Amino acid sequence: MGDRVRTGVSAAVTAAAVLTVLAVPFAVPLDEQAVDLAAKLQPPSWAHPFGTDEVGRDLLLRSVYGLRVSLFVGVAAALAATVIGTAVGAAAGALGGWADRVLMRIVDLFSSVPHLLLGIFVVTMFRPGVWPVVASVVVTHWLSTARIVRAEVMSLRSRPYVDAAVSGGASRWRVTVRHLLPAVLPQAGLAAVLMIPHAIWHESALSFLGLGLPTHQASLGNMVQSARGSLLAGDWWPTLFPGLFIIVPTLAVAGLAGAWRERLNPRRRSELTL
Amino acid sequence: MLELSRITAGYDPRRPVVRGVSLTIGSGRAVGLLGPSGCGKSTLARVAALLHRPDSGTVVVDGDLARGARHRATREQRTAFGVVFQQPRLAADPRMRLADLIAEPLRATGRRGEAAAAVAALAERVGLSGELLRRRPHEVSDGQLQRACLARALVLRPRWLICDEMTAMLDASTTAALVAVVEDYRAESGAGLLAVGHDKVLLDRWCDETVHWDELSPQKIEPSGV
Repeated sequence: MGDRVRTGVSAAVTAAAVLTVLAVPFAVPLDEQAVDLAAKLQPPSWAHPFGTDEVGRDLLLRSVYGLRVSLFVGVAAALAATVIGTAVGAAAGALGGWADRVLMRIVDLFSSVPHLLLGIFVVTMFRPGVWPVVASVVVTHWLSTARIVRAEVMSLRSRPYVDAAVSGGASRWRVTVRHLLPAVLPQAGLAAVLMIPHAIWHESALSFLGLGLPTHQASLGNMVQSARGSLLAGDWWPTLFPGLFIIVPTLAVAGLAGAWRERLNPRRRSELTL
Repeated sequence: MLELSRITAGYDPRRPVVRGVSLTIGSGRAVGLLGPSGCGKSTLARVAALLHRPDSGTVVVDGDLARGARHRATREQRTAFGVVFQQPRLAADPRMRLADLIAEPLRATGRRGEAAAAVAALAERVGLSGELLRRRPHEVSDGQLQRACLARALVLRPRWLICDEMTAMLDASTTAALVAVVEDYRAESGAGLLAVGHDKVLLDRWCDETVHWDELSPQKIEPSGV
Protein backbone atom coordinates (compact mmCIF):
# COMPACT_ATOMS: atom_id res chain seq x y z
CA MET A 1 0.00 0.00 0.00
CA GLY A 2 2.73 2.44 1.03
CA ASP A 3 4.67 1.36 -2.04
CA ARG A 4 1.73 2.06 -4.30
CA VAL A 5 1.19 5.54 -2.89
CA ARG A 6 4.87 6.32 -3.31
CA THR A 7 4.87 5.03 -6.87
CA GLY A 8 1.73 7.00 -7.68
CA VAL A 9 3.12 10.24 -6.25
CA SER A 10 6.42 9.67 -8.05
CA ALA A 11 4.63 9.09 -11.34
CA ALA A 12 2.44 12.17 -10.88
CA VAL A 13 5.38 14.44 -9.99
CA THR A 14 7.48 13.10 -12.88
CA ALA A 15 4.62 13.56 -15.34
CA ALA A 16 3.90 17.08 -14.06
CA ALA A 17 7.58 18.05 -14.33
CA VAL A 18 7.91 16.71 -17.87
CA LEU A 19 4.65 18.30 -19.06
CA THR A 20 5.54 21.64 -17.46
CA VAL A 21 8.99 21.92 -19.00
CA LEU A 22 7.63 20.87 -22.38
CA ALA A 23 4.62 23.21 -22.36
CA VAL A 24 5.77 26.38 -20.61
CA PRO A 25 8.10 27.75 -23.32
CA PHE A 26 5.18 27.57 -25.77
CA ALA A 27 2.27 28.38 -23.47
CA VAL A 28 3.80 31.23 -21.44
CA PRO A 29 5.10 34.12 -23.59
CA LEU A 30 7.45 35.50 -20.94
CA ASP A 31 11.21 35.90 -21.20
CA GLU A 32 13.04 34.07 -18.41
CA GLN A 33 16.01 36.42 -18.98
CA ALA A 34 13.96 39.61 -18.54
CA VAL A 35 15.71 41.82 -16.00
CA ASP A 36 13.73 44.21 -13.81
CA LEU A 37 16.13 46.03 -11.52
CA ALA A 38 13.25 47.86 -9.86
CA ALA A 39 11.96 44.55 -8.54
CA LYS A 40 15.16 42.82 -7.47
CA LEU A 41 15.16 40.31 -4.58
CA GLN A 42 11.40 40.50 -4.06
CA PRO A 43 10.10 37.85 -1.64
CA PRO A 44 7.41 35.46 -2.93
CA SER A 45 4.18 37.24 -3.85
CA TRP A 46 1.23 36.78 -6.21
CA ALA A 47 3.14 38.51 -9.00
CA HIS A 48 6.25 36.38 -8.41
CA PRO A 49 5.25 33.17 -6.57
CA PHE A 50 8.92 32.17 -6.08
CA GLY A 51 10.12 35.78 -5.70
CA THR A 52 12.80 37.41 -7.84
CA ASP A 53 16.59 37.14 -7.97
CA GLU A 54 19.30 39.77 -7.52
CA VAL A 55 18.57 41.37 -10.91
CA GLY A 56 14.78 41.05 -10.67
CA ARG A 57 14.27 37.99 -12.85
CA ASP A 58 11.23 35.84 -12.02
CA LEU A 59 12.40 32.76 -10.13
CA LEU A 60 9.41 30.54 -10.95
CA LEU A 61 9.96 31.01 -14.67
CA ARG A 62 13.72 30.53 -14.34
CA SER A 63 13.26 27.42 -12.19
CA VAL A 64 11.03 25.89 -14.88
CA TYR A 65 13.58 26.70 -17.59
CA GLY A 66 16.34 25.37 -15.35
CA LEU A 67 14.47 22.13 -14.82
CA ARG A 68 14.00 21.91 -18.60
CA VAL A 69 17.76 22.04 -19.11
CA SER A 70 18.39 19.62 -16.25
CA LEU A 71 15.88 17.05 -17.49
CA PHE A 72 17.28 17.31 -21.01
CA VAL A 73 20.83 16.81 -19.77
CA GLY A 74 19.71 13.98 -17.49
CA VAL A 75 17.82 12.06 -20.16
CA ALA A 76 20.35 12.63 -22.95
CA ALA A 77 23.29 11.68 -20.74
CA ALA A 78 21.53 8.64 -19.27
CA LEU A 79 20.58 7.34 -22.73
CA ALA A 80 24.05 7.83 -24.19
CA ALA A 81 25.80 6.36 -21.14
CA THR A 82 23.46 3.35 -21.21
CA VAL A 83 24.09 2.68 -24.90
CA ILE A 84 27.87 2.84 -24.42
CA GLY A 85 27.81 0.87 -21.17
CA THR A 86 25.57 -1.83 -22.64
CA ALA A 87 27.71 -2.17 -25.76
CA VAL A 88 30.97 -2.44 -23.79
CA GLY A 89 29.49 -4.72 -21.13
CA ALA A 90 27.89 -7.03 -23.70
CA ALA A 91 31.10 -7.20 -25.73
CA ALA A 92 33.18 -7.99 -22.64
CA GLY A 93 30.73 -10.58 -21.36
CA ALA A 94 30.07 -12.25 -24.70
CA LEU A 95 33.66 -12.36 -25.97
CA GLY A 96 35.37 -13.17 -22.69
CA GLY A 97 39.10 -13.83 -22.56
CA TRP A 98 41.42 -11.05 -23.66
CA ALA A 99 38.70 -8.75 -24.97
CA ASP A 100 36.98 -8.94 -21.60
CA ARG A 101 40.19 -8.21 -19.70
CA VAL A 102 41.13 -5.23 -21.86
CA LEU A 103 37.64 -3.70 -21.77
CA MET A 104 37.25 -4.13 -18.03
CA ARG A 105 40.70 -2.62 -17.36
CA ILE A 106 39.52 0.42 -19.34
CA VAL A 107 36.43 0.54 -17.11
CA ASP A 108 38.69 0.29 -14.03
CA LEU A 109 40.88 3.07 -15.39
CA PHE A 110 37.91 5.42 -15.70
CA SER A 111 36.55 4.38 -12.29
CA SER A 112 39.87 4.94 -10.56
CA VAL A 113 39.60 8.73 -11.04
CA PRO A 114 37.09 10.44 -8.72
CA HIS A 115 34.23 10.94 -11.11
CA LEU A 116 33.45 14.58 -10.33
CA LEU A 117 37.11 15.35 -11.04
CA LEU A 118 36.96 13.48 -14.35
CA GLY A 119 33.71 15.28 -15.18
CA ILE A 120 35.32 18.66 -14.46
CA PHE A 121 38.29 17.68 -16.63
CA VAL A 122 35.94 16.94 -19.54
CA VAL A 123 33.90 20.17 -19.30
CA THR A 124 36.99 22.33 -19.07
CA MET A 125 38.14 21.03 -22.45
CA PHE A 126 35.20 22.73 -24.18
CA ARG A 127 33.37 26.06 -24.19
CA PRO A 128 30.54 26.17 -21.63
CA GLY A 129 27.35 24.69 -23.04
CA VAL A 130 24.89 21.83 -22.76
CA TRP A 131 26.79 19.21 -24.79
CA PRO A 132 30.06 19.36 -22.83
CA VAL A 133 28.02 18.83 -19.68
CA VAL A 134 26.26 15.84 -21.28
CA ALA A 135 29.63 14.47 -22.42
CA SER A 136 31.08 14.89 -18.96
CA VAL A 137 28.21 12.97 -17.37
CA VAL A 138 28.39 10.23 -20.02
CA VAL A 139 32.12 9.70 -19.58
CA THR A 140 31.69 9.21 -15.84
CA HIS A 141 28.45 7.22 -15.84
CA TRP A 142 28.68 4.43 -18.42
CA LEU A 143 30.95 2.39 -16.15
CA SER A 144 28.40 0.92 -13.75
CA THR A 145 26.11 -0.04 -16.65
CA ALA A 146 29.02 -1.80 -18.35
CA ARG A 147 29.69 -3.79 -15.17
CA ILE A 148 26.04 -4.72 -14.65
CA VAL A 149 25.54 -5.80 -18.26
CA ARG A 150 28.80 -7.77 -18.34
CA ALA A 151 27.90 -9.70 -15.18
CA GLU A 152 24.43 -10.44 -16.51
CA VAL A 153 25.71 -11.55 -19.91
CA MET A 154 28.31 -13.81 -18.32
CA SER A 155 25.71 -15.54 -16.21
CA LEU A 156 23.42 -15.97 -19.22
CA ARG A 157 26.21 -17.25 -21.43
CA SER A 158 26.31 -20.60 -19.68
CA ARG A 159 22.54 -21.21 -19.91
CA PRO A 160 21.46 -24.26 -21.89
CA TYR A 161 19.47 -22.07 -24.30
CA VAL A 162 22.70 -20.38 -25.33
CA ASP A 163 24.30 -23.83 -25.71
CA ALA A 164 21.36 -24.76 -27.92
CA ALA A 165 21.87 -21.68 -30.08
CA VAL A 166 25.60 -22.40 -30.44
CA SER A 167 24.86 -25.98 -31.36
CA GLY A 168 22.28 -24.74 -33.86
CA GLY A 169 25.01 -22.89 -35.76
CA ALA A 170 24.43 -19.35 -34.45
CA SER A 171 27.41 -17.01 -34.80
CA ARG A 172 28.83 -15.12 -31.81
CA TRP A 173 27.12 -11.98 -33.09
CA ARG A 174 23.77 -13.71 -33.41
CA VAL A 175 24.01 -15.27 -29.96
CA THR A 176 24.77 -11.87 -28.47
CA VAL A 177 22.15 -9.88 -30.35
CA ARG A 178 19.33 -12.41 -30.40
CA HIS A 179 19.72 -14.18 -27.06
CA LEU A 180 21.92 -12.23 -24.65
CA LEU A 181 21.10 -8.56 -25.24
CA PRO A 182 17.29 -8.90 -25.14
CA ALA A 183 17.65 -10.56 -21.75
CA VAL A 184 19.70 -7.70 -20.28
CA LEU A 185 17.63 -4.85 -21.71
CA PRO A 186 15.31 -4.57 -18.68
CA GLN A 187 18.35 -4.24 -16.40
CA ALA A 188 19.97 -1.72 -18.73
CA GLY A 189 16.73 0.28 -18.94
CA LEU A 190 16.47 0.36 -15.16
CA ALA A 191 20.09 1.51 -14.93
CA ALA A 192 19.26 4.29 -17.40
CA VAL A 193 16.32 5.57 -15.35
CA LEU A 194 18.33 5.37 -12.12
CA MET A 195 21.00 7.41 -13.86
CA ILE A 196 18.71 10.34 -14.73
CA PRO A 197 18.61 11.82 -11.19
CA HIS A 198 22.33 11.29 -10.81
CA ALA A 199 22.98 13.07 -14.10
CA ILE A 200 20.79 15.99 -13.00
CA TRP A 201 22.75 16.34 -9.76
CA HIS A 202 25.94 16.24 -11.76
CA GLU A 203 24.79 19.02 -14.06
CA SER A 204 23.76 21.10 -11.04
CA ALA A 205 27.07 20.45 -9.30
CA LEU A 206 29.10 21.44 -12.37
CA SER A 207 27.04 24.59 -12.88
CA PHE A 208 27.27 25.39 -9.17
CA LEU A 209 31.05 25.21 -9.49
CA GLY A 210 30.77 27.61 -12.42
CA LEU A 211 32.03 24.99 -14.87
CA GLY A 212 28.81 23.79 -16.43
CA LEU A 213 26.42 25.92 -18.39
CA PRO A 214 27.00 29.60 -19.33
CA THR A 215 26.27 31.67 -16.22
CA HIS A 216 23.43 33.68 -17.80
CA GLN A 217 21.54 30.52 -18.76
CA ALA A 218 18.67 29.56 -16.46
CA SER A 219 19.96 26.36 -14.92
CA LEU A 220 19.24 25.07 -11.45
CA GLY A 221 22.93 24.84 -10.57
CA ASN A 222 23.62 28.36 -11.83
CA MET A 223 20.66 29.72 -9.86
CA VAL A 224 21.76 28.11 -6.59
CA GLN A 225 25.28 29.39 -7.23
CA SER A 226 24.25 33.01 -7.82
CA ALA A 227 21.86 32.90 -4.83
CA ARG A 228 24.67 32.26 -2.36
CA GLY A 229 25.34 35.94 -1.77
CA SER A 230 21.73 36.82 -1.02
CA LEU A 231 21.31 33.76 1.23
CA LEU A 232 23.88 35.21 3.61
CA ALA A 233 21.86 38.44 3.65
CA GLY A 234 18.79 36.48 4.80
CA ASP A 235 17.03 36.17 1.42
CA TRP A 236 16.14 32.48 1.41
CA TRP A 237 13.88 32.17 -1.65
CA PRO A 238 16.50 32.32 -4.45
CA THR A 239 18.16 29.24 -2.89
CA LEU A 240 15.15 27.31 -1.63
CA PHE A 241 12.97 27.11 -4.77
CA PRO A 242 15.65 26.11 -7.31
CA GLY A 243 16.94 23.69 -4.68
CA LEU A 244 13.50 22.09 -4.38
CA PHE A 245 13.36 21.91 -8.18
CA ILE A 246 16.55 19.85 -8.09
CA ILE A 247 15.47 17.58 -5.25
CA VAL A 248 11.76 16.86 -5.81
CA PRO A 249 11.79 15.76 -9.49
CA THR A 250 14.94 13.68 -9.03
CA LEU A 251 13.41 11.92 -6.02
CA ALA A 252 10.28 11.27 -8.10
CA VAL A 253 12.29 9.72 -10.95
CA ALA A 254 14.26 7.68 -8.43
CA GLY A 255 10.97 6.53 -6.88
CA LEU A 256 9.73 5.33 -10.26
CA ALA A 257 13.01 3.49 -10.86
CA GLY A 258 12.63 1.86 -7.46
CA ALA A 259 9.17 0.59 -8.37
CA TRP A 260 10.53 -0.77 -11.64
CA ARG A 261 13.35 -2.53 -9.78
CA GLU A 262 10.81 -4.17 -7.50
CA ARG A 263 9.03 -5.55 -10.56
CA LEU A 264 12.26 -6.98 -11.94
CA ASN A 265 13.08 -8.60 -8.63
CA PRO A 266 12.81 -12.34 -9.26
CA ARG A 267 11.65 -13.09 -5.74
CA ARG A 268 8.45 -11.14 -6.30
CA ARG A 269 7.96 -12.32 -9.84
CA SER A 270 5.79 -15.34 -10.39
CA GLU A 271 7.09 -18.25 -12.42
CA LEU A 272 4.42 -17.64 -15.02
CA THR A 273 5.21 -14.05 -15.84
CA LEU A 274 8.89 -14.83 -16.47
CA MET B 1 32.17 -42.60 -35.73
CA LEU B 2 32.22 -40.35 -32.72
CA GLU B 3 35.45 -40.89 -30.82
CA LEU B 4 36.11 -39.32 -27.43
CA SER B 5 39.66 -40.13 -26.31
CA ARG B 6 41.06 -39.66 -22.81
CA ILE B 7 38.82 -36.70 -22.08
CA THR B 8 39.55 -34.70 -18.96
CA ALA B 9 37.12 -31.84 -18.49
CA GLY B 10 35.45 -29.69 -15.88
CA TYR B 11 34.91 -26.13 -14.79
CA ASP B 12 38.06 -25.74 -12.70
CA PRO B 13 41.29 -27.21 -14.14
CA ARG B 14 42.43 -28.22 -10.65
CA ARG B 15 39.32 -30.31 -10.02
CA PRO B 16 38.09 -31.86 -13.27
CA VAL B 17 34.75 -33.69 -13.11
CA VAL B 18 35.64 -35.98 -16.01
CA ARG B 19 39.03 -37.68 -15.80
CA GLY B 20 40.58 -39.52 -18.71
CA VAL B 21 37.34 -40.95 -20.09
CA SER B 22 37.19 -42.57 -23.53
CA LEU B 23 34.03 -43.48 -25.42
CA THR B 24 33.51 -44.48 -29.03
CA ILE B 25 30.16 -44.68 -30.82
CA GLY B 26 29.94 -46.31 -34.24
CA SER B 27 28.08 -44.54 -37.02
CA GLY B 28 24.36 -44.93 -36.64
CA ARG B 29 24.73 -46.67 -33.29
CA ALA B 30 22.87 -45.74 -30.13
CA VAL B 31 24.75 -45.73 -26.86
CA GLY B 32 23.15 -45.14 -23.49
CA LEU B 33 25.33 -43.67 -20.76
CA LEU B 34 24.20 -44.44 -17.23
CA GLY B 35 25.38 -42.83 -14.06
CA PRO B 36 24.33 -41.16 -10.84
CA SER B 37 23.73 -37.42 -10.86
CA GLY B 38 26.77 -35.24 -10.48
CA CYS B 39 29.19 -37.84 -11.85
CA GLY B 40 30.14 -35.80 -14.91
CA LYS B 41 28.10 -37.51 -17.61
CA SER B 42 26.40 -34.26 -18.67
CA THR B 43 29.80 -32.61 -18.93
CA LEU B 44 30.96 -35.48 -21.13
CA ALA B 45 27.83 -35.03 -23.26
CA ARG B 46 28.62 -31.33 -23.67
CA VAL B 47 32.19 -32.18 -24.65
CA ALA B 48 30.87 -34.66 -27.20
CA ALA B 49 28.54 -32.03 -28.69
CA LEU B 50 31.45 -29.57 -28.96
CA LEU B 51 29.83 -27.28 -26.41
CA HIS B 52 32.56 -27.56 -23.78
CA ARG B 53 36.30 -27.49 -24.33
CA PRO B 54 38.01 -30.40 -22.57
CA ASP B 55 41.16 -29.67 -20.54
CA SER B 56 42.79 -32.53 -22.41
CA GLY B 57 41.79 -35.31 -24.77
CA THR B 58 40.42 -35.29 -28.30
CA VAL B 59 37.04 -35.45 -30.00
CA VAL B 60 36.97 -36.89 -33.51
CA VAL B 61 33.69 -36.57 -35.38
CA ASP B 62 33.31 -38.80 -38.43
CA GLY B 63 37.05 -38.68 -38.99
CA ASP B 64 37.44 -34.93 -38.42
CA LEU B 65 39.41 -33.85 -35.38
CA ALA B 66 37.52 -31.08 -33.57
CA ARG B 67 39.94 -28.15 -33.24
CA GLY B 68 37.92 -26.45 -30.54
CA ALA B 69 34.55 -26.19 -28.88
CA ARG B 70 31.65 -23.75 -29.24
CA HIS B 71 32.55 -20.97 -31.67
CA ARG B 72 36.06 -22.36 -32.20
CA ALA B 73 34.54 -25.39 -33.85
CA THR B 74 33.36 -24.85 -37.40
CA ARG B 75 29.67 -24.34 -37.95
CA GLU B 76 29.55 -27.64 -39.91
CA GLN B 77 31.04 -29.50 -36.96
CA ARG B 78 28.72 -27.89 -34.42
CA THR B 79 25.60 -28.46 -36.46
CA ALA B 80 26.49 -32.12 -36.95
CA PHE B 81 24.99 -32.50 -33.47
CA GLY B 82 21.42 -32.08 -32.37
CA VAL B 83 21.33 -31.58 -28.61
CA VAL B 84 18.37 -32.03 -26.29
CA PHE B 85 18.83 -30.89 -22.71
CA GLN B 86 17.34 -32.06 -19.46
CA GLN B 87 15.37 -28.96 -18.53
CA PRO B 88 13.38 -27.52 -21.43
CA ARG B 89 12.67 -24.34 -19.40
CA LEU B 90 16.37 -23.50 -19.31
CA ALA B 91 16.98 -24.67 -22.87
CA ALA B 92 14.38 -22.37 -24.42
CA ASP B 93 14.86 -18.63 -24.87
CA PRO B 94 11.88 -17.29 -22.89
CA ARG B 95 11.18 -14.55 -25.44
CA MET B 96 10.72 -16.83 -28.45
CA ARG B 97 7.50 -18.37 -29.69
CA LEU B 98 7.72 -22.12 -30.14
CA ALA B 99 7.66 -21.82 -33.94
CA ASP B 100 10.62 -19.40 -33.83
CA LEU B 101 12.41 -21.65 -31.35
CA ILE B 102 12.19 -24.58 -33.76
CA ALA B 103 13.16 -22.46 -36.77
CA GLU B 104 16.05 -20.70 -35.01
CA PRO B 105 18.86 -23.02 -36.27
CA LEU B 106 17.64 -22.62 -39.87
CA ARG B 107 17.63 -18.84 -39.52
CA ALA B 108 21.02 -18.86 -37.81
CA THR B 109 22.53 -20.79 -40.71
CA GLY B 110 21.01 -18.62 -43.44
CA ARG B 111 18.25 -21.03 -44.48
CA ARG B 112 15.38 -18.76 -43.54
CA GLY B 113 13.37 -19.75 -46.64
CA GLU B 114 12.98 -23.35 -45.51
CA ALA B 115 11.78 -22.43 -42.03
CA ALA B 116 8.00 -22.43 -42.52
CA ALA B 117 7.85 -25.83 -44.21
CA ALA B 118 10.37 -27.42 -41.84
CA VAL B 119 8.57 -26.14 -38.74
CA ALA B 120 5.23 -27.43 -39.98
CA ALA B 121 6.66 -30.88 -40.74
CA LEU B 122 8.55 -31.19 -37.45
CA ALA B 123 5.67 -29.89 -35.34
CA GLU B 124 3.52 -32.62 -36.82
CA ARG B 125 6.22 -35.17 -36.10
CA VAL B 126 6.68 -34.24 -32.42
CA GLY B 127 2.94 -33.70 -31.89
CA LEU B 128 2.61 -29.95 -31.47
CA SER B 129 -0.50 -28.25 -32.83
CA GLY B 130 -0.40 -24.99 -34.77
CA GLU B 131 -1.99 -23.16 -31.87
CA LEU B 132 0.82 -24.20 -29.48
CA LEU B 133 3.44 -23.02 -31.94
CA ARG B 134 2.26 -19.45 -31.46
CA ARG B 135 2.78 -19.59 -27.71
CA ARG B 136 5.83 -18.64 -25.71
CA PRO B 137 7.65 -21.09 -23.41
CA HIS B 138 5.91 -19.91 -20.23
CA GLU B 139 2.52 -20.64 -21.79
CA VAL B 140 3.16 -24.35 -22.41
CA SER B 141 3.93 -27.38 -20.23
CA ASP B 142 7.38 -28.94 -19.75
CA GLY B 143 6.41 -31.81 -22.01
CA GLN B 144 5.19 -29.53 -24.80
CA LEU B 145 8.31 -27.42 -24.50
CA GLN B 146 10.57 -30.47 -24.63
CA ARG B 147 8.78 -31.56 -27.83
CA ALA B 148 9.67 -28.18 -29.33
CA CYS B 149 13.28 -28.54 -28.13
CA LEU B 150 13.52 -31.96 -29.77
CA ALA B 151 12.11 -30.49 -33.00
CA ARG B 152 14.77 -27.76 -32.82
CA ALA B 153 17.48 -30.39 -32.39
CA LEU B 154 16.26 -32.22 -35.51
CA VAL B 155 15.65 -29.24 -37.77
CA LEU B 156 19.16 -29.19 -39.26
CA ARG B 157 19.06 -32.99 -39.77
CA PRO B 158 22.11 -33.72 -37.59
CA ARG B 159 24.26 -36.84 -38.01
CA TRP B 160 24.44 -37.21 -34.23
CA LEU B 161 21.92 -36.74 -31.47
CA ILE B 162 22.96 -36.02 -27.91
CA CYS B 163 20.09 -36.45 -25.47
CA ASP B 164 21.13 -35.38 -21.98
CA GLU B 165 18.44 -36.69 -19.61
CA MET B 166 15.93 -35.72 -22.27
CA THR B 167 13.01 -37.38 -20.51
CA ALA B 168 13.91 -36.88 -16.86
CA MET B 169 11.26 -34.21 -16.35
CA LEU B 170 8.52 -35.94 -18.34
CA ASP B 171 5.69 -38.40 -17.77
CA ALA B 172 5.71 -41.91 -19.23
CA SER B 173 3.58 -41.23 -22.29
CA THR B 174 5.54 -38.13 -23.32
CA THR B 175 8.76 -40.07 -22.75
CA ALA B 176 7.55 -42.84 -25.03
CA ALA B 177 6.44 -40.35 -27.68
CA LEU B 178 9.74 -38.46 -27.71
CA VAL B 179 11.84 -41.64 -27.80
CA ALA B 180 9.72 -42.83 -30.72
CA VAL B 181 10.39 -39.55 -32.57
CA VAL B 182 14.13 -39.93 -32.02
CA GLU B 183 14.06 -43.55 -33.21
CA ASP B 184 11.99 -42.68 -36.32
CA TYR B 185 14.47 -39.98 -37.21
CA ARG B 186 17.42 -42.32 -36.69
CA ALA B 187 15.83 -45.07 -38.77
CA GLU B 188 15.31 -42.66 -41.65
CA SER B 189 18.59 -40.70 -41.43
CA GLY B 190 21.05 -43.20 -39.97
CA ALA B 191 22.06 -40.76 -37.24
CA GLY B 192 23.97 -41.95 -34.18
CA LEU B 193 22.83 -41.31 -30.61
CA LEU B 194 24.35 -40.68 -27.22
CA ALA B 195 21.60 -40.85 -24.62
CA VAL B 196 22.60 -39.86 -21.11
CA GLY B 197 20.38 -40.82 -18.22
CA HIS B 198 19.95 -42.64 -14.95
CA ASP B 199 16.98 -44.80 -15.95
CA LYS B 200 18.54 -48.18 -16.79
CA VAL B 201 15.30 -49.77 -17.99
CA LEU B 202 14.63 -46.96 -20.44
CA LEU B 203 18.19 -46.80 -21.79
CA ASP B 204 18.42 -50.61 -22.13
CA ARG B 205 15.27 -50.66 -24.25
CA TRP B 206 16.16 -47.54 -26.24
CA CYS B 207 19.83 -48.08 -27.08
CA ASP B 208 21.96 -50.70 -28.84
CA GLU B 209 24.25 -50.81 -25.84
CA THR B 210 24.34 -49.25 -22.42
CA VAL B 211 27.51 -48.37 -20.57
CA HIS B 212 27.80 -47.37 -16.96
CA TRP B 213 29.88 -44.32 -16.07
CA ASP B 214 32.13 -46.42 -13.81
CA GLU B 215 33.15 -48.61 -16.75
CA LEU B 216 34.50 -45.55 -18.55
CA SER B 217 36.63 -44.13 -15.77
CA PRO B 218 40.12 -45.64 -15.73
CA GLN B 219 41.25 -44.22 -12.43
CA LYS B 220 38.88 -46.34 -10.34
CA ILE B 221 41.86 -48.21 -8.85
CA GLU B 222 42.55 -45.95 -5.93
CA PRO B 223 43.89 -47.20 -2.66
CA SER B 224 40.95 -47.30 -0.31
CA GLY B 225 40.89 -47.14 3.43
CA VAL B 226 44.66 -47.22 3.92
